[in-house]
Amino acid sequence: MPYDYKPFPYIAPPGLTGPEPRHAVAIIGAGPIGLALAIDLATKGVSNVVLDDNNVVSVGSRAICWAKRTLEIFDRLGVGERMLAKGVTWQVGRLFYGADEVYAFDLLPEDGHKYPAFINLQQYYVEEYLIDRARDFPDLIDLRFKNAVTDHQDRGDHVALMVETPDGSYQLEAQYCVACDGAGSPTRKRMGLAFEGQTFDEHFLIADVEMDDSPFGTDTPERWFWFEPPFHNGQSALLHRQPDNIYRIDLQLGPETDPKSEATEEKVIPRIRAMVGDRPFRLDWMSVYKFRCAKLDQFVHGRMIFAGDSAHVVSPFGARGGNGGIQDVDNLGWKLARVVQGQSDASLLDSYDQERRHCCDENILNSSRATNFMTPKSPIEALFRQEVLRLAHDMPFARRLINSGRLSMPGSLAGLPLQTANTAPIRPGTAIMDAPLANHVWLLDAVQGRFVLTGFGNVALPDIDGIDRIGIEQAAQNYPVYDAIDNLALDRYGADIAYLFRPDGHVAAAFFDPTPQAVAKAYARACGKIDGDV
Amino acid sequence: MQNDNLGVEGDGIYAALMAAHQGLTEAESHALNARLVLIMANEIGDGQKLKTIFSTAGQYAET
Repeated sequence: MPYDYKPFPYIAPPGLTGPEPRHAVAIIGAGPIGLALAIDLATKGVSNVVLDDNNVVSVGSRAICWAKRTLEIFDRLGVGERMLAKGVTWQVGRLFYGADEVYAFDLLPEDGHKYPAFINLQQYYVEEYLIDRARDFPDLIDLRFKNAVTDHQDRGDHVALMVETPDGSYQLEAQYCVACDGAGSPTRKRMGLAFEGQTFDEHFLIADVEMDDSPFGTDTPERWFWFEPPFHNGQSALLHRQPDNIYRIDLQLGPETDPKSEATEEKVIPRIRAMVGDRPFRLDWMSVYKFRCAKLDQFVHGRMIFAGDSAHVVSPFGARGGNGGIQDVDNLGWKLARVVQGQSDASLLDSYDQERRHCCDENILNSSRATNFMTPKSPIEALFRQEVLRLAHDMPFARRLINSGRLSMPGSLAGLPLQTANTAPIRPGTAIMDAPLANHVWLLDAVQGRFVLTGFGNVALPDIDGIDRIGIEQAAQNYPVYDAIDNLALDRYGADIAYLFRPDGHVAAAFFDPTPQAVAKAYARACGKIDGDV
Repeated sequence: MQNDNLGVEGDGIYAALMAAHQGLTEAESHALNARLVLIMANEIGDGQKLKTIFSTAGQYAET
């Protein structure tokens, strides 16, 4: 069944009839990034208004591949389990060169993690679940559809936004405004900000088809990738499965392509037919696109903040767009909440800019490398790729050189100023590594969302204002204590050691001897007091 | 890159390399060279060393 796009109701905003009280945070864009940020802020008690020029979820599946770290963040926001239940968890990948299978791999999930390496789930479901979840906070999240921001002004101590609705225009004010308005960000364009990087000339066709009959010849969802596919006169093809028997097909079309004539059923149906044979299918959605890797020089401009595609775009290989954007939200949410609630100086937001640009550079590097492998620019590049593919039949090192996208991994913040360096098994800056605890609790559940000093094994935890404590494999304490399942938590984190987790689940510091002074200093640093004065 | 690691075996190794190319078309030889570079890079396995090799070889390009 095709997805049922139900329009969300437009409700005339109060600003049309009189001035609204100043909002804490205004979010432009109700895509996955804007909605996730709205929920993240609401979980911290920060009210916000979300302004979207449209009134339906994403048309077409668009972002479909959600990585483990993203699912863990979505878990904290309250939609992770629903996404996992609906999404397709695939394990087997096959790589073909021409008609020959070069190799297959089985992503056997490591035991002891709540979420798998990734799932496939259409963006429209993700947005639907996020909107459902946002409705759990009617006093904190004000969702306004058909409210298009047409102008804004940063007035130093607040931002004023001009908003157009079907009933006319109005103005609203907010302490901060976060632009989550996508790759073509009108906010970014209005501000005239440079958005530079590498542009690729290659065109890609992306299509969703509904098929009852699995093209994989098995009920197990797989992911098939071809270089120089036999059924398509182009460099590459990709086939993988989404929920509802929808299959995603990506075909590389080459640089000399007219996107308008390619994005027609007359052109697309035969291409799909060549790929899936005579299985009946229904074309659900298609798009022909080019892409680039680009980013803003700064993600924070006074009281205007950029997150997601408005701040950075990458090629789709590696699924680093949506996943990168959700990690932006994870990083920004707690910092913006602290600043708005007066717990930290506005300078804490500079660390969002620094940390996420650092991760963005890594995403762009990986994405550009994958794109270069997939689009050889000269005969010699094509030759090297061809020989890599030949060697890959037998040689593991060559398999690793085949680059059809390096899947989004959580960005490491090691070495950046908010972290206190340490030689602990999990280095400060690393994102939380999940582990199972007794009574169906995951380390994720116990740690994410606030500052938590977590003691693994026999280590005494000081009581510091602003920090929660939990113990793992500890005797009873005046804070929650959990047993570890199969000792995995201690295997992963070490024994007799304490870790300070940030609200976004990154390790801020680790302590073999957590004195009150050392913990307080690391906490102050993690909140932006870099000089460490407490 | 002043070291001589091949020593007295150099002549034999050079001859073996030529023999590997014997009877190949130019295109086949290019492909063989590409495979050789890839396999040797894996055997050397030291990123810093490889980058030095790439840039040293690059310096001798005909201009």
